[in-house]
Amino acid sequence: MLTFALKRLGLAVLVALTVSAVSFSLLYLSGDPASAMAGETATSADIESIRTLYGFDRPFLVQYADWLFNALQGDFGQSYYFKLPVSQLIADRLSITMLLGVCGISFALVTAIPLGVAAAVRPNSFIDRTALFISVMGQAMPSFWFGLVLIVIFSIQLNWLPPSGSGGWKNFIMPTVVLGYYAMPAIMRLTRAGMLEVLNADYIRTARAKGAGEWRVMFKHALRNAVVPVVSLAAVQMGFMLGGSIVVESIFALHGAGYLAWESIGRNDLPTVQALILVFAGFYIVFTFLSDLANAWLDPRIRVG
Amino acid sequence: MSEEPILAVEGLTIDIPMAQGTLHAVRGIDFELNRGETLCIVGESGSGKSLTSLAVMGLLPKRLECTARKLAFCGTELQGLPPSAMRQLRGNRMAMIFQEPMTSLNPAYTIGDQLAEALLLHRRVGKAEARTRAVELLGKVGITAAESRLSQYPHQLSGGLRQRVMIAMALMCEPELVIADEPTTALDVTIQAQILRLLVDLQREMNMAMILVTHDLGVVARVADKVAVMYAGEVVEQGTAREIFENPSHPYTQGLLRCIPVPGRTKPGEHLGSIPGIVPSLIGKVEGCAFRTRCDLAESACAKPIPIHETEGGHSWRCIHSHMDRMPA
Repeated sequence: MLTFALKRLGLAVLVALTVSAVSFSLLYLSGDPASAMAGETATSADIESIRTLYGFDRPFLVQYADWLFNALQGDFGQSYYFKLPVSQLIADRLSITMLLGVCGISFALVTAIPLGVAAAVRPNSFIDRTALFISVMGQAMPSFWFGLVLIVIFSIQLNWLPPSGSGGWKNFIMPTVVLGYYAMPAIMRLTRAGMLEVLNADYIRTARAKGAGEWRVMFKHALRNAVVPVVSLAAVQMGFMLGGSIVVESIFALHGAGYLAWESIGRNDLPTVQALILVFAGFYIVFTFLSDLANAWLDPRIRVG
Repeated sequence: MSEEPILAVEGLTIDIPMAQGTLHAVRGIDFELNRGETLCIVGESGSGKSLTSLAVMGLLPKRLECTARKLAFCGTELQGLPPSAMRQLRGNRMAMIFQEPMTSLNPAYTIGDQLAEALLLHRRVGKAEARTRAVELLGKVGITAAESRLSQYPHQLSGGLRQRVMIAMALMCEPELVIADEPTTALDVTIQAQILRLLVDLQREMNMAMILVTHDLGVVARVADKVAVMYAGEVVEQGTAREIFENPSHPYTQGLLRCIPVPGRTKPGEHLGSIPGIVPSLIGKVEGCAFRTRCDLAESACAKPIPIHETEGGHSWRCIHSHMDRMPA
């Protein structure tokens, strides 16, 4: 198990290095960073002074090493737009995004797994059909529209929940539901398919032959085997939620990291964009690593590989 | 016999609803089993032997329709028993060993965990006690270094070892009845004999009743007290092992016995017997003798309901020919 964990950790570090190199070279993908920063009306002397000021005149590898060294210490440079340290900027926004992401994935898992299990226990029953209906709705409805519908009902008509802002826990209810409902159908369908397959397995019959009750058969013997792919999917979705909830963040005016990324791209604020890419990629890498560990714990056959 | 039989089955019928009609997989079978006895149920694939054993355990899939005049375990009627009461019997007083050791153990839990579970479900004992019992039984089924096996997972064991673990698991609560559904079919020939020997030794030692489902008449000859020969969902002949082997009375049983070589009597190069044809479809109404399409002795009367012949020794067969008709002159 320890060798397995160390191997995975090594891979995770390699992936992180690759992503950092890619995100750093973004700076040059959009042309000459110095002239981009100086603006359209700048003289060539202005551009040159910016180039030396920000160190764009040094060799590429030196710049990368320098940037990476600072980044590892949490220093991502100054935001061109806010003139503030990027790390401070992100730290402020990230707490909102992380809270939303954790709530969203929890909502998705808590609704999807029981529904998936129930649907698999009685295939083609009323419960199964209802679960299918709910999941197709979730898949088909765009988040922005669902978010607006919720605002109309719960904020404007009923006046129960605040439509925007990030002041208190009430602000997070609707965004959580919207974000979670988007991730829920895939998790539910995967749980259902996995359970259907596992419930036909010989070892389930063995468990019944031992005299195990239905709940024990479902949750001890079946779910643990069925949930392995679900863990991987949930990890990817969690990474997605922590990085990509731009739509939900803008509808509910939650100024999180996703919204910041979107703004920064528009402002050509490259240090912020670079740092955010690295942070978002970092989330993916961490969650993939954790899901690998979780799967190895769930299924001992994985530990060998 | 004044003692209550461990298992009494009368008129057991299992129907499978299918798109093309109802499949009558098991059609009114009877048998009885006393303490310490071994009953071998013999028959080819699809004859309903496995369904019969699952029906006794109450493990048939729900969509199958199972009825019987009597399905009694130690005098308790099992039909209509609440699920919780049935669960208390399963794995405790009656246990089952399955055909596929490779897939019958849960890949996610250790051997120790799965063995202990069998005891913990039915007895008020602590985890440590359950482990001690698991080690004891692993020793009994001939697994060396039992202590260290407890923390292993099924994928780390060979097929033969896994089947030994399955046997140990079935015996954790010292059941009165063990049903072994082709327990050696999936194993190497060299291992088959070992596992069979082990089952029989343990059965004698613990004085259990055993139903051994098999299609291997060689196995039957070695271990059976009683034999029930199944064909197309019916018991066509049953009796003591001695009666069945020395005095087979149903043409199907006779055919089966001609298919196995007998040391000393079968000459080198001589053809073994075979039974031509295939098992008929059991979808829709089945009338008369299901074997008549493959039988040398078939007559027009075979399409009508078939009488059951029975001798005083409990040897019975389902054929229009009585024993005497066919005795060689």
